[in-house]
Amino acid sequence: MNQRRPYVRPMTGWWKKNPYFVEYMVHEGSALFVALYAIVLLVGVLCLMSGPAAWNGWLAALASPLSVLLHLIILAMVGYHSYTWFKIMPRTLPPVIIAGRRLSARCITTSGLAAVAFCSVALWLLAWGCA
Amino acid sequence: MKSELKRSNAPIFWGLFGAGGMLAALFGPMLVVITGVAVPLGWLPAKTMGYQHILNLARNLIGKGLIWALITLLLWHAAHRIYHSLHDIGIQGGPLAKLLTYGIAMAGTVITLVALLVMGF
Repeated sequence: MNQRRPYVRPMTGWWKKNPYFVEYMVHEGSALFVALYAIVLLVGVLCLMSGPAAWNGWLAALASPLSVLLHLIILAMVGYHSYTWFKIMPRTLPPVIIAGRRLSARCITTSGLAAVAFCSVALWLLAWGCA
Repeated sequence: MKSELKRSNAPIFWGLFGAGGMLAALFGPMLVVITGVAVPLGWLPAKTMGYQHILNLARNLIGKGLIWALITLLLWHAAHRIYHSLHDIGIQGGPLAKLLTYGIAMAGTVITLVALLVMGF
């Protein structure tokens, strides 16, 4: 039997001690909300398959105040995912060399966020135009 | 020396994670606004998400592909990120953790595909 009782530094809540790690846990936590939204959409697909009554039931559920509040929270977290995705991108992307110079981190992040803005406007116009 | 190294499956899951993350980053916020806020509150015409309208989209081959890619890639993205974050909150990864993350993503992938195929073309 092992009689030693070596000190093991407790790790619970380690990330709460440093704002940098709190931010890390929040942006990793955004995945829970991405999953939640995907499941909301998946339920929508199943309702669509079941017919108009089920589909309208899903729409009615989406229109409940609780659902709108939940979607505002999802929006905040998915929006934060968007922001951090491109903020981290300079470190997740291999170095991009253009004309012998490395593309700056700022340029990568700004381009990414501009792409988000472009896609958002395009999607809104598509939804508006298709109605 | 081993003549043949076992090929890692990591690039596949990382690829799905990356694709889903990019999709969520580019289109996620506005999709949530449209389906979760704007249509329910009437900022967009109710017809935008009318039954026939969305059914037509789901019966179109390209529409099917878009819906399938959107839902499944978001699930694979979330599964990969949640699985790898378990370590940070002191949970060891293993078969159960994989089942509850990648397993759910796999189930969602199959269920969405079957539902879209059942709706016909």
